[in-house]
Amino acid sequence: MAEPVLAIEGLSKRFGAVIACDDVNLDLREGEIHALIGPNGAGKSTLIKQIAGEIASDAGTVHFAGVDISALDAVARARAGLARTFQVSSLAPEFSALQNVMLAVQSGAGGTFRFLGRALSDPALTEPAMAALSRAGLAERARMTASDLSHGERRQLEIAIALAMRPKAFLLDEPMAGMGPEGSKTLTGFLDGLREEAPILLVEHDMDAVFALADRVSVLVYGKVIATGGIDEIRADPQVREAYLGEEGP
Amino acid sequence: MNRETAINTVLVAGLAAVPLIASAFDDPFIVTLATRIVIFALAGVGLNLALGYGGLVSFGHAAFFGLGGYAAGILASHALNYEPLATWPFEISGTTQMLVIWPIAMVVSAFAALVIGALSLRTSGVYFIMITLAFAQMIFFFAISWPAYGGEDGLSIYVRNQFPGMNTLDPTSFFLLACAILALALLFSSRLSASRFGLALKGARQNDQRLASVGIGPFRVRLTAFVISGMITGLAGALFADLNRFVSPSMLSWQTSGEIMVFVILGGVGRLFGPVAGAALFIILEHSVGPISEHWQFLLGILLLAVVLFARGGVIGVLAGGARHG
Repeated sequence: MAEPVLAIEGLSKRFGAVIACDDVNLDLREGEIHALIGPNGAGKSTLIKQIAGEIASDAGTVHFAGVDISALDAVARARAGLARTFQVSSLAPEFSALQNVMLAVQSGAGGTFRFLGRALSDPALTEPAMAALSRAGLAERARMTASDLSHGERRQLEIAIALAMRPKAFLLDEPMAGMGPEGSKTLTGFLDGLREEAPILLVEHDMDAVFALADRVSVLVYGKVIATGGIDEIRADPQVREAYLGEEGP
Repeated sequence: MNRETAINTVLVAGLAAVPLIASAFDDPFIVTLATRIVIFALAGVGLNLALGYGGLVSFGHAAFFGLGGYAAGILASHALNYEPLATWPFEISGTTQMLVIWPIAMVVSAFAALVIGALSLRTSGVYFIMITLAFAQMIFFFAISWPAYGGEDGLSIYVRNQFPGMNTLDPTSFFLLACAILALALLFSSRLSASRFGLALKGARQNDQRLASVGIGPFRVRLTAFVISGMITGLAGALFADLNRFVSPSMLSWQTSGEIMVFVILGGVGRLFGPVAGAALFIILEHSVGPISEHWQFLLGILLLAVVLFARGGVIGVLAGGARHG
């Protein structure tokens, strides 16, 4: 079997007495959507932050595309091809949607330390950015200021920015949050095709989306992965039913 | 032409008219006053890069203004006294050539900005303000206690430094020279604002988490902006030393840092011509109300309060209307 794109081994994080992440092992293979589910406070977002390099882990390693990235910071991990979206949209609010995406294109294209050339009308930046916006269904909002976009549109913009990075893997932290049924459905269809481009580690509360999309599911409870497997396996797992689906014993 | 461009054109025309007005009123002091405006505006253009585009509220830009001034003063005093700056390992003498002094003033300021920025940019908000202030105060007290270059009394430059093919002692010539530098700095500032670097810098101001997550390190971007900002303010300091033919620790004082900040905020934070409008308003106020009442700064305070409370875009923002663009 091919080596996984992303391999997490023994990742741990403790905040004082709270164990947010307890010896987590997880991998993400080429072409798959791996859903990470768990009750509120299970440590899903903390785990995403650890993988993205935004908070330092106490122990454990992260291998990405065959390289140990455990010691790299968030910037270097993003440059290595790890694109993440945020649970709460995190955008440059005064920039237009297009400029938000252009930043991501510029990161790959280089030239951040070019002081003179006009960036705003540079087709090398605008064209890939427009393409990413179109794919995320936001082409008509390109010139709109990010803070004027609707909640759902901001979620789409997060996706467009991740797309523009042309990453080797996506870390999507609740992309459907607050999207509404129509938006969730559209996004589900879109993510379904996206896995061919790069595998997706998907944190999501919307179980319809998870069951429609996931090739594999991992269940995180109190910072621990209690089960990993196909959808049917997870549905049948008694431990998961008890801990997560809140079901009483038989 | 939008309204902001129109206002900018009026400001440029106003500066261009200064020599004509001065000769019409037969009052060369008007030119000197306008030169002060131009040099302060230049210092403000430097700060605006950090404060306006980058959101870095530096309360220590007097450090660069003063270092630029002292670079000019020290080089000139050595040249005029025929004392070499250093005799070992080889002899380095002072100079009175502006074309040599300016790059040195900028390099000195850049180095100071690199050190100050590398330490202070690890913090943000009020801590950043206080650390930049602390560094500027350190340099201020160093200048006061170092007797070699005048200490508290400052350092006189007997003859204004020279520029090839120009009599710099003629007020109008020196004014035009300062205007030319301000024009270059404004051009650079506008190009930088629209460049890839400008995009990253403004992105860092709005959301550094976002910038980092697409793979652009906010720290390096900010540090670079801080260094460029310090260089431009340092160049202004060198010109200011030549304007007054005098350098003193007051150029390094926190009041000077505050004044540079006032130019930017009064004119319009992040507006290209904001520092020009702000410096002009400041100096005009100082010289029109100042002679009537020594409490002219009371009026300045009210004006500043009004700008901060009701017109975040500063004077330019009020006149041009609309929000600033990205």
